[in-house]
Amino acid sequence: MTGATGAGAPVRSRGTLVIDVEACKGCELCIGACPPGVLSMTAGAVNGRGYRYPVLAPGCTGCRACAQICPDFVFQVYKYDHPGPGGAGGEAR
Amino acid sequence: MSDDRAAGTGPGPAAVDTSAPPGAGAHLVDDFTPALVDVGAHHLCPGCGEPIAVRGLVEAIAELGLERSTIAVFGIGCSTAFSNNLDVEVLQALHGRAPSVATGVKRARPDTTVVTVQGDGDMVSEGLQEVLHAAARGERITCVMLNNGVFGETGGHMTATTVLGQRTKTSLDGRDAVAHGRPILLADLVARLEGAAFVARCAVNTAGDVARTRRMLRRALETQRDGLGFSLVEILTMCPTGWFVDTPAAPAYLADHLGAVHGAGVLKDLRAEPPS
Amino acid sequence: MSDRRLRMGSVAIADAMIDAGCRFFAGYPMTPFTEVLEHMARRLPEVGGVCMNAESEIEAVGMAWGAAATGTPAATGSTGQGLSLMQESLAEITLARLPLVVLNMARAQGDYWQATRGGGHGDYRHLVLAPGDVAEAVAVVHEAFTLSATWRNPVLVLGDYYLAHTARAVPSNGRAPGATPAAPPSWALTGASGGTGHAKLVSFLGSVKQRDDVGYDLAAHYTACAEHTATMLRAVPARAEVGSTEDAEVVVVAFGTPGGYVRAAVQALRAEGVAVGWVRPITLVPFPAAEVAAAARGAKAVAVYENNTGQMLDDVRLAVLGAAPVEFIGGLSLDSSGFGIAPDLDVAVLAARILDVVERHR
Repeated sequence: MTGATGAGAPVRSRGTLVIDVEACKGCELCIGACPPGVLSMTAGAVNGRGYRYPVLAPGCTGCRACAQICPDFVFQVYKYDHPGPGGAGGEAR
Repeated sequence: MSDDRAAGTGPGPAAVDTSAPPGAGAHLVDDFTPALVDVGAHHLCPGCGEPIAVRGLVEAIAELGLERSTIAVFGIGCSTAFSNNLDVEVLQALHGRAPSVATGVKRARPDTTVVTVQGDGDMVSEGLQEVLHAAARGERITCVMLNNGVFGETGGHMTATTVLGQRTKTSLDGRDAVAHGRPILLADLVARLEGAAFVARCAVNTAGDVARTRRMLRRALETQRDGLGFSLVEILTMCPTGWFVDTPAAPAYLADHLGAVHGAGVLKDLRAEPPS
Repeated sequence: MSDRRLRMGSVAIADAMIDAGCRFFAGYPMTPFTEVLEHMARRLPEVGGVCMNAESEIEAVGMAWGAAATGTPAATGSTGQGLSLMQESLAEITLARLPLVVLNMARAQGDYWQATRGGGHGDYRHLVLAPGDVAEAVAVVHEAFTLSATWRNPVLVLGDYYLAHTARAVPSNGRAPGATPAAPPSWALTGASGGTGHAKLVSFLGSVKQRDDVGYDLAAHYTACAEHTATMLRAVPARAEVGSTEDAEVVVVAFGTPGGYVRAAVQALRAEGVAVGWVRPITLVPFPAAEVAAAARGAKAVAVYENNTGQMLDDVRLAVLGAAPVEFIGGLSLDSSGFGIAPDLDVAVLAARILDVVERHR
């Protein structure tokens, strides 16, 4: 499920991430590796070392591709136990 | 919560808060740093493929429960950055010389799991003799080559695996067959030696390749564990710095250049079970 | 228990290595080292050890390096040219603080500088022992393994063609073959510390695991190695065989097999009333400078005999430090094979050269 759906429709996320922004070196490998395409780089915001970093849109599937391809170990990946329609575990915040 | 996404992606839902774990109702499936890598930064370039490969190696070791019997023999190159921050025993060897050192370790302590971690300049330039002899002898070790087609640590120079047309600091107009000769496809060479029991080539430029790489590493370690002979896993890794490309372009560059010459796949597998 | 048997030097040295606990040996055939490798290949497996006929000298020293890192008593060797190939590894094995016994069955005596200065890069030192005959070689081999393990530093045993191919009836000494080796030292790699948060590291770049953003600190490591080397060189006693130097007018210094010929020449001259003495360094590193200096005190001249163009000569000059003139009575003495079958290695020839020095300094 992509993040760019029709206006107002809640996007189901089966997983989510914790992103260690300060560890990121802005290489963008995660962007291309994400199957649902829910990662994108900041436009201007940078971390303490001057690198842009990824931000997450709704629709994460918890597939771990980002974590597996990241050379800097930036991602923690979580999977929701019960992603439900509009449920507390799955709705975009 | 930041909504500062790259321009051009269009309006969409607000960004997810990724500053803290989600709390109840979710479980961790992948932690930041693999258990067998000490927490702390390495200083390899942005977009370097080597940490991805090292992660695959330590995860394969952990999957097979081999961390308490593993001795990793490191060569000299960018990957030396990991030789003093792993939670497996490490023996540092010289450039090109890990296979003979690994041979001594394994022959003295046959009950250990011995792997080497070497770059392409290390294994195929300086150390070609060593890896071929270890493979011919069927040494029960697993040699892992991180192949980015350059000497990365010294700043990006041509190695024995650099492909034709590849620009490096010692082949500024691109590697030329007449002036510089042709690349050595090491996994193909090793697969022809009878002592080699498992030889595979893979890459870390896509998530799918990363998963395949870890499976190849696991199968190589199983080959060693089962005493079948020498195993080699050649892993193509990104080096945007050495390739003069931007980091997001490196995965495609790998596929189009290095990967087009050094072909992926299992080149040899003497294990009883058919490959999955 | 004595088992005196007539054995070629190469065989006696190999047996001594095994008796001293060596359980890993790697080498490449090269004259006059080859018979040591042959004998280790035959005997080491009998005691549960491993002998590797490596495909090159560089791979031989690499294999010995790996075995040594696991705490297995290990040795390698060659002749001078093979030692030349091994130098990078020998330097770094020293910086990795590993025990290793290295045997140079040299051709002639031209490897003195390679052995004592170290032919590798950087600031490192090996202890060097130069036996004078087969019996002493057996003792020196045992000493080499002990020193190497004590100091976690390679020890070089400098032999020669005569030592390799001379047969003597010598006993073994030390532990009986097949005795259980001691448990591996605490620094040795066995795999077992993996996954504990404290996995061991053996590295010539340092022994400190990375913390925070610090990688290897070579400045700290090389400084610590240098301090260790200085401590080792102060603590290990230098040793020499010294004879009739108290009232000697001329003292002759020689090492290795030629040392025995110098001894015989000096004793022959003494029998004729000529006041001469000799010093035969047994440890070349540390060099017995005090013994040489003491012998030179009161002498009219010091003569150096070695089968090369003058290498130990430098160390003798440094030890004597101008107290007496130092003269070189050695030189290249080879047959056409280049192996150091020295025509000049003759008691009468040596006696004549020594007498010449005596007479010129009357």
